Amino acid sequence: MSQVRAERARARLPLPIALSQPAALVERNMRSARHGWLTFVSGFFEPVFYLFAMGVGIGALIGSVSVGGREVPYGIFVAPALMATSAMNGAIYDSTSNVFFKLKHSKLYRSVLSTPLRPIDVAVGEIAWALLRGLVYSSMFLLVATIGGFVMSWWSLLAIGACTLIGLAFASVGMACTTYMRSWNDMDYVQLAILPMFLFSATFYPLSTYPPALQWVVQATPLYHGVDLVRGLMMGDLHVGLLWHVAYLAAFGALGLWATTRRVGTLLLT
Amino acid sequence: MTERTTASLPSGGELTTDPGSAVGGGWRSVLGYWLAIYRRIWPSTVISSFLAPLLYLAGMGYGLGALIDSGDRTAVPGVPYVAFVATGLLAAQAMQTAAAETTYSVFGAIKWLRTYEAMLATPLRVVDLVRGHLAYLALRLTLVTTIFVGVALTLGAMRGWLALAAIPAAVLGGLAFATPIYAFTTLQRSDEGFNILNRFVIMPLFLFSGTFFPLGQLPTVLQAIGWASPLTHAVTLTRALGLGPGTPMWITPGQAALHVGYLALWAALGYVASVRLLRRRMVV
Amino acid sequence: MPLIHAAGLRKTFGDFVAVDDIDVDVEEGESFGFLGPNGAGKSSTMRMIGCTSPVSGGELRVLGMDPLTHGPQVRSQLGVVPQQDALDEELTVAENMLVYGRYFGIDRAVVRERARGLLEFAQLTEKADSVVEALSGGMKRRLTITRALINNPRLLLLDEPTTGLDPQARHILWDRLFRLKREGVTLVLTTHYMDEAEQLCDRLVVMDHGRIVAEGSPLSLIAQHASREVLELRFDVADHAERLADVHDLADRVEVLPDRLLLYVDDGDGALESATARGIHPLSALVRRASLEDVFLRLTGRSLVE
Repeated sequence: MSQVRAERARARLPLPIALSQPAALVERNMRSARHGWLTFVSGFFEPVFYLFAMGVGIGALIGSVSVGGREVPYGIFVAPALMATSAMNGAIYDSTSNVFFKLKHSKLYRSVLSTPLRPIDVAVGEIAWALLRGLVYSSMFLLVATIGGFVMSWWSLLAIGACTLIGLAFASVGMACTTYMRSWNDMDYVQLAILPMFLFSATFYPLSTYPPALQWVVQATPLYHGVDLVRGLMMGDLHVGLLWHVAYLAAFGALGLWATTRRVGTLLLT
Repeated sequence: MTERTTASLPSGGELTTDPGSAVGGGWRSVLGYWLAIYRRIWPSTVISSFLAPLLYLAGMGYGLGALIDSGDRTAVPGVPYVAFVATGLLAAQAMQTAAAETTYSVFGAIKWLRTYEAMLATPLRVVDLVRGHLAYLALRLTLVTTIFVGVALTLGAMRGWLALAAIPAAVLGGLAFATPIYAFTTLQRSDEGFNILNRFVIMPLFLFSGTFFPLGQLPTVLQAIGWASPLTHAVTLTRALGLGPGTPMWITPGQAALHVGYLALWAALGYVASVRLLRRRMVV
Repeated sequence: MPLIHAAGLRKTFGDFVAVDDIDVDVEEGESFGFLGPNGAGKSSTMRMIGCTSPVSGGELRVLGMDPLTHGPQVRSQLGVVPQQDALDEELTVAENMLVYGRYFGIDRAVVRERARGLLEFAQLTEKADSVVEALSGGMKRRLTITRALINNPRLLLLDEPTTGLDPQARHILWDRLFRLKREGVTLVLTTHYMDEAEQLCDRLVVMDHGRIVAEGSPLSLIAQHASREVLELRFDVADHAERLADVHDLADRVEVLPDRLLLYVDDGDGALESATARGIHPLSALVRRASLEDVFLRLTGRSLVE
């Protein structure tokens, strides 16, 4: 009991100091990324390749899709989904493989925690980095999608924010999961969760394509909320339901952040 | 074969002279080593080598197929989209398995675990290491493609006995990627190059080699790249065999021979380069 | 007020007791050592002092503060050199210094300036722009120590600072640590090397199975628990215990090791002469000064480096 109180007392630092500490970890990651800049740049191309394969290649086979009673070219339907899934994939990569390496192999967090940084600073710093990186990718993707003619509305600019939220949700939950992993083999379970979501979150075809019994399963996945949110914004199709998506993703992210902070503490402060 | 693996030691702990030891265990003993490892790690490969292709088949083939087949356009007239995708995914899966095995696993044996260094301290030669590793890969490719074809036949996404002939075609396609990538790996100092390879080569080829839509829908420049890709040729073979004669994707024996020849050329050149480059890397 | 005050300090992992009720006080400016074999509880103690491992029982104050409630404040004044280097291998030498300084919230310009001086001190200036992965073991160790100095720590914690280094690299490191000590930095180190403890520590405790079994300066410990000199005799027998009866009355005490006998005596050469006079002819004989190794052997009945 007294320990819990002590933890709280410790967590209260003046705000500028509290934020400067995760920032130091972000700076560290930025410097590291500079050494592997080609990898950083390559991350941008993945969703773009998908955009052209799907939008142009598959689009030619499908023609148009009906969304909310409106017929739109397939490329316009699929582009927002690719933007959302790329936000998820990036956040997951940063918060699982990358974090696992630092946790188990490079022992980075051990040396970080021997400085004034606390577990929550590590969690916030890593997630902030994942978001920052995602922000760059999302913006670039939006630019390419606009040039390619897949964007219909100025509201699309808000999609960058929506992707940041998707990143937050997946990065924080991903990092929490990473703290439970024992070996690289466990990383395959991440794929087990991500791949079905990637394929079955109303990403490549509308929800109505699914059998009614499966529709509610699709709607339960966090990526579905992300895809539908970004799609609403990019097609300029605003409605109250979008707020519900925002709330779902925010809650998912908060849960992950809370779990991560606890787990990093128990793992490293032994 | 397995009793010669490096993993199994003489139980008595006593040194015995094997009459064959003057020339070493050869590539078979290297194959034995990788099989011994595989027996231990196979559960962790289930998701990426078996489940992932089936998920793609379900998501792209059936899901997207429902959308495509209900419309007025299609990939190949008279062929359900799921059959089109299944025959393409078969070759793509072989490519991905080959790429995964000849990047991280080979690099690990060179640098992280130094398995190759330990092997070369025995009578084994560099050529044995390459041959043994590739033989192991060929077995794994056969395993994953056989299972995939089995499932596709069961689901009706492929039809007819000729589909079984698509298995060796896919394996050959996999080897056409495996040997050049193996050579590439021997040149790497860190694993960063693999990210680049995956994102700039493997991933685009996965999407633009006729796997999910006919090459003809791409701009001419991209089509040219598509035809240079071994995957396009592997897909042409697996699709012809998987869909069977009587479909528009059927090819003549002469055409098939050309595709096989092209794949064999990649595999052979890559093999020669791998042996040379690995020797340069390991024997210094 | 002591810089470190521990009373009845305990660390347990489940049923395993790593640190068992130890009392330690370290004063400012002192150079203090925890000596003991692997698994004695030294590293656990160091991690508790470093505020990265919660105390399981007893009292611990570091710089007058409780690690549990004031971890960040304490750590801001510590320099920590862990047993494994844990450097940032993806970054260059200079970046390691800069980024580590930023973890302490130190201004970028200040860190740059300090890093320049520290790299000079560690003879790493030429390597400033090399990626850490390419450094030799000795250089990495020096960088780890240098990095730990970026915040001008009051207290430097060194866990096995020279383990795994070649003799030349060890001597360079000892020299650097000795200079820090002269500048008034409080050093607390663990080691299982006797020569290291004798070189660097003003005062030390010997730990075994999580407990403190002796405390004092290196010289006083030797005086208390060993004789002035040691005569080492090596025989051509499978079991050196067989020869014990021949020599046991020549020394205050005789230790039987698997490969030799150790005779604790005041006059090593005299004892060797007496032995020879009795017709005892060992394969080899060595007279040396007693060391902390002998103290440890005496206190625990076991050799330190096994």
